[in-house]
Amino acid sequence: MKFAHKRATAVAAAAVAAALALSGCADTGSTGGGSSDGGGSDNLSITFLPKSLGNPYFDTSSKGGKAAVEELGGTFAEVGPAESGPDAQVSYINTATQQGVGSLVVSANDPKAICDALNEARDAGVKVVTFDSDTNADCRDLFVNQATADGIAKVQVDLIAEQIGDAGEIAIVSSTANATNQNTWIDKMKELLAADHPNIQLVDVVYGDDDEQISFDKTAAVLQSHPNLKGIVSPTTIGISAAARYLSTSDYKGKVALTGLGTPNQMREYIEDGTVTAFALWNPEDLGYLSAYAAAALINGDITGKEGDTFKAGKLGEYTVGADATVLLGDPYVFNKDNIDDFDF
Amino acid sequence: MTTTTSPATPPVTTNRVSRDSEKPLWRRVLLTREMAIVALLVLVVAYAMLTVRGFAQPITLNYLLLDIAPILLIALPMTLVMITGEIDLSVGSMVGLASVVTGAGVHAGLPFELAAVLALLVGAIGGAFNGFLVTVVGLPSLAVTIGTLALFRGLAVGLLGTTAVTDFPEGWTALAKAKIAGTTIPYIMIPFLILLVIFVVVLHFTPFGRGIYAIGQSKDAARFSGVHLERTKFLLFMAAGLVAAFAGVFYTLRFGSARGDNATGLELQVIAAVVLGGVSVFGGRGQLYGVVAAVLLIGVLSSALRLANVTSDVINVITGTLLVVSVVSASLLAWLQKVRRRRSGPPSPVAAPTAS
Repeated sequence: MKFAHKRATAVAAAAVAAALALSGCADTGSTGGGSSDGGGSDNLSITFLPKSLGNPYFDTSSKGGKAAVEELGGTFAEVGPAESGPDAQVSYINTATQQGVGSLVVSANDPKAICDALNEARDAGVKVVTFDSDTNADCRDLFVNQATADGIAKVQVDLIAEQIGDAGEIAIVSSTANATNQNTWIDKMKELLAADHPNIQLVDVVYGDDDEQISFDKTAAVLQSHPNLKGIVSPTTIGISAAARYLSTSDYKGKVALTGLGTPNQMREYIEDGTVTAFALWNPEDLGYLSAYAAAALINGDITGKEGDTFKAGKLGEYTVGADATVLLGDPYVFNKDNIDDFDF
Repeated sequence: MTTTTSPATPPVTTNRVSRDSEKPLWRRVLLTREMAIVALLVLVVAYAMLTVRGFAQPITLNYLLLDIAPILLIALPMTLVMITGEIDLSVGSMVGLASVVTGAGVHAGLPFELAAVLALLVGAIGGAFNGFLVTVVGLPSLAVTIGTLALFRGLAVGLLGTTAVTDFPEGWTALAKAKIAGTTIPYIMIPFLILLVIFVVVLHFTPFGRGIYAIGQSKDAARFSGVHLERTKFLLFMAAGLVAAFAGVFYTLRFGSARGDNATGLELQVIAAVVLGGVSVFGGRGQLYGVVAAVLLIGVLSSALRLANVTSDVINVITGTLLVVSVVSASLLAWLQKVRRRRSGPPSPVAAPTAS
């Protein structure tokens, strides 16, 4: 009898303890929500959903988005999965639908897997803007494109031409031989070189397979087989940092120019030691900023995603919606010694 | 609750706590670990409906059930596997493999129905392979299924590479998300409820099910009392593979996308829910309703926290803490009881077999 009583008390105590622990947790949840949860009268609550949280690239884009939303007087929120699985974003999209946010700004992990969830959100009145990585065109209201193939090719050709004095042999260190975007850029660069820079000869294209070590070895090989090489273009972030690592420790440092697409954090030491003078990429902060303004323009009804619609994006100026409901951020951004310390991604 | 097989378990060879029939029924039903989880679930739902904006609307139920459907499904066979004292870590990879098989089949021109059946077949074979290695070869299931976790995932990624198959028949993908008329409950709950009934009957009302508990309590005792140890485990692993494959087909349809990395890490979510639901990792203990309540609890918690804009890291911390607290409090209470009983002199003859 006594034993049974004790045990009952013990089990009850366990239940109470667990309940307390849990309600404690739930409490933190709702207070967190109270402060950051959106839903004003004009419903300028804009939620950013990057591929995953804790990624410096998306931290930077969300920083730009937050700044824009604050300028507009709306409510900014950033949610997202810890890891970028194909379906991981769906529950966050559903949550935004339930919350009734004004707009959802998404970088898609998978162009199809989140489609239905996005369309449900749109049916519920949420404006969907994709940025950085698009979904299928029928799943969103607008795509904010960071750069076009033409822009990317042009900035790299301009940079290398400037760095080698518009004459001499150059080579390209690409990622994989069948990477669609790489090949498009390389073809466009060839066209531009032939048209505008007749004194530059593209002597070789090598493939580093998006692998640090292979890119490193290929850079060494291409420099040996072409002793007159004056410059290297690497339109891939892994390739350019591997090539820079090779150049910085070799005799070619300062003699062979290197440019391409890279991220500031990877390239900082090579900019500082003079191996690389300038490289390009888009500015994710501006990308986030523009996406937030585009979202607000959709919410306010200034644009609908129709070709030719125009809207103002704060400090970035006026933008026009292009074909397939796409807005282009602009020319790629050139990073050099003077501005690289402003970026952390 | 008495059956013919359970008294055959000799109380001398087991040191785990079996049900104490000395106490009144209501106490045995209400004051259990499972009921604590159910109570907690009710509490959290009530709290979320009152305080979390956007939670108390019908659509919440739809999203919630769709989100946790694969976990609910796989938790059924996983509960049985874990009650025998084994574990199956390969279920998440099997979901991915079944998804890829469905996708590859459709991509190769098979009708969707055939591709789905093929995926289920792959699930049964994969589960049987686990079962074979555990029962016939006699390897520990932890090691075996860590191996097949990598193997199935490898096959899945190898089959499709980095591509994704997305062209599934509209009718089927719509069905995967369709709601039962007049409600917000998704259709996937119907197969789940059918499976639930089957698993409840098998586990709690058949000699086969009593055998599952007997194996978890003591292998030797179970064998001596006529339980087909190998056959039981083999069938359970096969069931786990089959249900995981079914969840994989559902998963594919729900997201309309078959990829090699689908459902990565799902096995840990399932096992966490099963353990939270009161199933002992050492086997011999657990109830299906506790597990179902635990899956719902985790689902409701993350849904409510997401609505409150709590980040995913914090949500993981909270569910993790909940799991640890529930496991620790159970062992702590058992230990406290032991200490108290020792202090209060020699145990009574009735309490002895349940206590030590």
